[in-house]
Amino acid sequence: MNTLALGVDRTGVELKMYSREKEAVFFSFLFPILLLLLFSVIFSSQFEDSASTGMTAARYFLPGMVAAGVILTSFQTMAMSVAAERDDGTLKRLRATPMPPAAYFLGKVGLVICTSLVQVALLLLVARLAFDVPLPDTGGRWLLFAGVFALGVFGGTVLGIAYSSLASSRSIGAVVIGPQLVLQFISGVYIAFTDVPQWLQQVASVFPLKWIAQGMRAVFLPDALASAEMAGSWEPGRTLLVLGAWALGGLVLCLTTFTWFKRGSV
Amino acid sequence: MSQTAIRIRELTKTYGNHRAVDGLDLDVHAGEVFALLGPNGAGKTTTVEILEGFRDRDGGEVSVLGTDPHGATRAWRDRIGIVLQTSGGLDLLTPREILRSTAKGYRASRDVDEVLEATGLTAKADDRISGLSGGQRRRMDVALGIVGRPELLFLDEPTTGFDPQARRDFWELIRGLAHDGTTILLTTHYLDEAEHLADRVGVIAGGRLLALDTPAALGGRQSQEATVSWEEGGTRQNVRTATPTTEVASLAARFGGEVPELTVTRPSLEDTYLGLIAPHVTDERQEVPA
Repeated sequence: MNTLALGVDRTGVELKMYSREKEAVFFSFLFPILLLLLFSVIFSSQFEDSASTGMTAARYFLPGMVAAGVILTSFQTMAMSVAAERDDGTLKRLRATPMPPAAYFLGKVGLVICTSLVQVALLLLVARLAFDVPLPDTGGRWLLFAGVFALGVFGGTVLGIAYSSLASSRSIGAVVIGPQLVLQFISGVYIAFTDVPQWLQQVASVFPLKWIAQGMRAVFLPDALASAEMAGSWEPGRTLLVLGAWALGGLVLCLTTFTWFKRGSV
Repeated sequence: MSQTAIRIRELTKTYGNHRAVDGLDLDVHAGEVFALLGPNGAGKTTTVEILEGFRDRDGGEVSVLGTDPHGATRAWRDRIGIVLQTSGGLDLLTPREILRSTAKGYRASRDVDEVLEATGLTAKADDRISGLSGGQRRRMDVALGIVGRPELLFLDEPTTGFDPQARRDFWELIRGLAHDGTTILLTTHYLDEAEHLADRVGVIAGGRLLALDTPAALGGRQSQEATVSWEEGGTRQNVRTATPTTEVASLAARFGGEVPELTVTRPSLEDTYLGLIAPHVTDERQEVPA
């Protein structure tokens, strides 16, 4: 079988394992959807004048939840699963077979593409059907969505695989979730980015999550809100540029640091 | 049989200032079952991992199926099978699922049902691997090692933690593979396992080969003196002799029939092995196993 066909087969194996791990399904796949439901209910009273502004809690939080979903299904899933597979010998076992390494990575990419696409579709469906959130009506916005989503997912995947080398499977949970939670708070996922102190905004601007969230706001929020952004506009070009740079850097990092063996074992 | 599956010359590997492998020479013939014995830290695992292409060597020549395992190619991996000491990460899959997927990487893999049958996993083929017993999991590992129809199979301590019946069943499986012509390199701590399975045994300690022979002849076992032992006057009598039959005949004549509690023993493989490694064990115990 050629590498691509083996990659498709590995995607199937990855999807089976992912869907059978209930914790993973809950905390990375369903979590943003549950948060959207929760936030839309909790904060509905703060959006009482929605009739005049067109803003509802669900519409306000949707971009953040889409961004959180991208990071969870790509970065978190990859960092944690690759660290576990390195520790439990899965990677060594695969290395002992003639399967080309690229097939393994294609399987991971396939898994992330499938889970993140289904997740974002569910998020949009819930937002549209349960909370009547208007979806983008121009091709330009959907194009921006596709660009931010693709670069975010790809960057998260390669950065997650590179990040998996930082810890053993025992500590990787803390090493991933701690910094990620901080980033989510300062990047405008859970609280409005404009409410974050300026110096923290600048810290957040170094990392890709802030740009995914900003890109998604540009896609889903009315243009009138662009003036509230740090730069006073949506900055779609810069958003794609920063995410592209992170994706490229992540790919290089992933290729140069990846190891099939547990630390200290070879 | 004259073909060489594995050829090792002057192999060296050093960790810090510890010489894990120190000028090892060894040939494993095509079609044989070769057991590599040695205490912990002897250099067994390091040697095998170099042969498997997982570890780089510092010096010497290594050829496995005619290829240097350093920089192993896909075509070479296609011809070898590796059963690792531990393999986790399969809990969420079933034996059939993981075998089917693994088989796809090989050019001429075995039929998955046939492998399940050979490893006694047919009844568990569609159960989650998390529910398998220790012995079944180990057979699962072997199934993954042989699904690619390897010419050469590496087996690393395959029966650790098995109950006696599971070990016997496992040995049958390995003998069947050997019978079909698979070359097998086995590392084990169990001397009876080596005696049952191996055509030849190599003992290594301190990174060097101490002895190499058939299990029956290792360390000159065949030519060593036997011990004749019997009960007389309330105490155990022992005589070491090169002619035990003569000794027993003269005893029988002296007792005028049955000799009380008579035994005739030769050194077991374990005795021979422990004698061989004894000078090396005190040093090696202090080394951190690699």
